Amino acid sequence: MDLNYSAEELAFRDEVRAWLRAHLPDDLRDKVENFAHLSKEDLLRWHRILASQGWVAPAWPREWGGTGWNVVQRYIFEEELGFAGSPMLIPFGLSMCGPVLLRFGTEAQKKRFLPRIYNGEDFWCQGYSEPGSGSDLASLKTKAVREDEHYVVNGQKIWTTLAHYADWIFCLVRTDPSTAKRQEGISFLLMDMRTPGITVRPLILMDGAHEVNEVFFDDVKVPVENLVHEEGKGWTVAKYLLGYERMNTGRIGESKRQLARLKQHGARLMHDQRWRDRLSRLEVELAALEITNLRFLDRMRRTGQPPGADVSMLKIKGTEIQQGLSELMMDATDPVASDPLSTAIRQRYLSMRKTTIYAGSNEIQRNIIAKMTLGL
Amino acid sequence: MNFDYNEEQQLLADSVRRYLAKSYDFEARKRIVAGEGWSADAWAQLAQMGLTGLPVGTEHGGFGGGAVDLMGIMEAFGEALVVEPYLPLVLAARALERGGSSAQKSAVLPAIVEGRAKLAFAHSEQGARDALDAVQVRAAKNRLSGEKSAVIGAPVADHLVVSARSEEGIGLFLVERRACEVRPHRTLDERLAADVVLREAPAQPIGGFAVLEAVMDLGTALVCAEAVGAMKFACDTTLDYLKTRKQFGVPIGTFQALQHRIVDMYISLEQARSMACLAASKADAGGEPRAISAAKIKIADAARHISQEAVQLHGGMGMSEELKVSHAFRRLTVLAREFGDADHHLARYAAL
Repeated sequence: MDLNYSAEELAFRDEVRAWLRAHLPDDLRDKVENFAHLSKEDLLRWHRILASQGWVAPAWPREWGGTGWNVVQRYIFEEELGFAGSPMLIPFGLSMCGPVLLRFGTEAQKKRFLPRIYNGEDFWCQGYSEPGSGSDLASLKTKAVREDEHYVVNGQKIWTTLAHYADWIFCLVRTDPSTAKRQEGISFLLMDMRTPGITVRPLILMDGAHEVNEVFFDDVKVPVENLVHEEGKGWTVAKYLLGYERMNTGRIGESKRQLARLKQHGARLMHDQRWRDRLSRLEVELAALEITNLRFLDRMRRTGQPPGADVSMLKIKGTEIQQGLSELMMDATDPVASDPLSTAIRQRYLSMRKTTIYAGSNEIQRNIIAKMTLGL
Repeated sequence: MNFDYNEEQQLLADSVRRYLAKSYDFEARKRIVAGEGWSADAWAQLAQMGLTGLPVGTEHGGFGGGAVDLMGIMEAFGEALVVEPYLPLVLAARALERGGSSAQKSAVLPAIVEGRAKLAFAHSEQGARDALDAVQVRAAKNRLSGEKSAVIGAPVADHLVVSARSEEGIGLFLVERRACEVRPHRTLDERLAADVVLREAPAQPIGGFAVLEAVMDLGTALVCAEAVGAMKFACDTTLDYLKTRKQFGVPIGTFQALQHRIVDMYISLEQARSMACLAASKADAGGEPRAISAAKIKIADAARHISQEAVQLHGGMGMSEELKVSHAFRRLTVLAREFGDADHHLARYAAL
């Protein structure tokens, strides 16, 4: 048993760290550290810097631009990104649509979409949730009817993150309403957001930010070549994506950076034992999460088994810690201060409540563990 | 990076588990608890498996095992709720290894290895509340006077390693048990313990405060491992109960309210196991007390969470002495506090 990284892993971490010091633009890091709004241009700028280094999609196969790093190296890389204060890489293209196309796409689809995802030329969003289909995703109703060489799509998606930036959307749609099992008859479709009949309407969340949207489909004609995998096999694709989920859902690097900052800026508060105990408990939770994450990675590396329900545990603990941190940060700010950072930290507390709801609510994650791991 | 036991560690832990499953099941344990509170037969078996030699260096016939070697044993002991005074032996042996003279080592360590000598570790005192330096027992001219409390295994020990305060500060001393008054009792978790009264008891110095600190950190790391074993039992037996106990015509594990609670228990267990790995991997090197305290904070929290939920999810049966789960509750209640509770380690963690 040895909990330390190997010399090679440490050298890799130092290489990533040094590169980030030299290439992460100060203005972007400042925005991230101060919880300022990141524009589409900010996000793409960082995406392209990483793409030009060849590091934007480490998990992809080498022929499509992947780095060939093992799971531990990928984890180190992602945590270093978070620790350095780099803008988040938007996952919809790189970690969702990309892997789906690599697994289920035709050669033509791969050639058409993957390089543009890699280079940040297409901004993607995800059309899963619907007003009546949140946790119960398989009940989705947006329908696609085949007419010659097109599907005609009608319906509505909701909570569509950054749809207002997106060039493309991947959607789960119902192509056969008559199947006995609801999971059958669902298909995975790619749609150009400029197609006539698609309307994006902002949904403003309680922190005042425009991040998510409603997307309406009104007789939208989608070429059949934009179907991924077979018609009616969309649920297989969706499940693959869940299993594929990245092992960095805990966002540990980012939490470590925030914790360090909290200690530094909250120095005065560190004399308050009650405050210090809250911070210490959170720090211990984060350490436990980090080691647990590494244990799962180590097992994955040795057995080659996909992470499975382990990811659910990391998501639950990671988001609880992120929320705990946002609450501590808010409590560390002067309650009457109206400077931009204090304001942003308060808004962040509001915003972070989403983390235990999105990407499969933490209750759904518990259902998954109960069923998959505990056999209940 | 590697989170597994090596082959030797795994083999030893497996053979201990097999032995405990065969000869130290809940019924056997009940008989031991109802009797003397320890088992000479079990002790001989454990010695034969090499456990008494594990913490002793090779030059005295032992195996020179470290905290990670001991971790697998303590986990297995935790699962079986073993009451044998093994941990005190480990700590006393480690204190002798670290601070004893070669004459002291030669006199005691080989007998430990062979399973002939039992040692207890006497540090806790009434009112000290886990403060390492709140030692009231006095040492003067190699004689000790004062009282130690809840010394696990003291009634059957041959020697005690006792912390005491002399003019040079706090240090450790080797004392013959016969030289002390021993008032036996059972702890909340059914272990054999004693309050020990020292009246000018002859003692040999075996190391200073640094040795005490290192031994206490090792003890903390090892109760973390023991707690992980006991928590694993509590989780597994509760899961089993949820799958078999029927109410309203269905297994109660079909109820989501209960499913989410047992999921949270297993999450606590995984988090605790991670921190126990951290503690064990740092305990030998010394100089990382912060990691040890972090582990104990998490383990104490998890032990409380899991033990309380295990009883609750068992319903009335969880309260019954007839089920092992209630005994796991007692053990975890003590382990959460032994070598410092969460509050103690929070204070230490923050101060370091």
